[in-house]
Amino acid sequence: MSRILPYPLLSAALALTWLLLNAPLTPGGVLLALLVGLAVPHVMRALRPPAVRVRAPATLARLAGIVLYDMVRSNIDVARVILGLRRGTRRTGFVAIPLDLREPFGLAVLSIILTATPGTLWVQYDSDTGRLLMHLLDDADGDAWIRRVKDRYERPLMEIFGCHPTPTSPS
Amino acid sequence: MTGADLPVWAAWLVVVLAVAGAAFSLTGALGLVRLRTFYERVHAPTLGATLGMALILCGSMLLLSLIEGRLVLRDALIGVFLTVTTPVTLLLLARAAAHRDRHEGDPDAPPRP
Repeated sequence: MSRILPYPLLSAALALTWLLLNAPLTPGGVLLALLVGLAVPHVMRALRPPAVRVRAPATLARLAGIVLYDMVRSNIDVARVILGLRRGTRRTGFVAIPLDLREPFGLAVLSIILTATPGTLWVQYDSDTGRLLMHLLDDADGDAWIRRVKDRYERPLMEIFGCHPTPTSPS
Repeated sequence: MTGADLPVWAAWLVVVLAVAGAAFSLTGALGLVRLRTFYERVHAPTLGATLGMALILCGSMLLLSLIEGRLVLRDALIGVFLTVTTPVTLLLLARAAAHRDRHEGDPDAPPRP
């Protein structure tokens, strides 16, 4: 299995991309897609990236739904701020979030999630302390956002990439 | 089917999706002018790269699917690649700004994480 398909997810993604680009399905197109999916990941072997393992597909689907909902809601929130429709004072500022997630793939996905939801900006992640510095356009009152990132995004990501939360001292 | 003989409901749906997407992108561009600090401004263009992009792509996929008479999902790849690559740019911008502000001793510089 691992000799023929070193990175099964990459193979599947490449084949699917090929099929989408050459849209009307033809037997020849499917054959080429399979060839691309089988051959190209072997080039990646030279770089030796660790293979991605997705352990909880159901959690992944639920997380995708949550992110989609948050993306739409935060887009509307930020649009209201820009257009001056938001009443009251805006509390913009930086928030540091202690993360338990250390898995590089998990962190990469978290950065995509935080970028896909306007209003949150990933500023800096310190791999020594595991703390993430974020800039918030609104509601920078700290705890609510820390809880939101940890409960809504970090915990599902740790389940998906199969790492177990390690108890850390509160900081 | 050509664009001219598209059913009216479909034409309206495509127009609504495209205009809504364009409106979100325009709001994002407006944010670049209206917001005050660098870190606030970086939030604004994300509107065009997320919901604005998604709405326009949905409109485009719907139109192409109706015209060609089959499901055309090619445009979804634009969404995937844009979503996956935008964080790289934003991260580099934010890191560069944070480095500059700390180096200059700006009182509004981000704290160390």
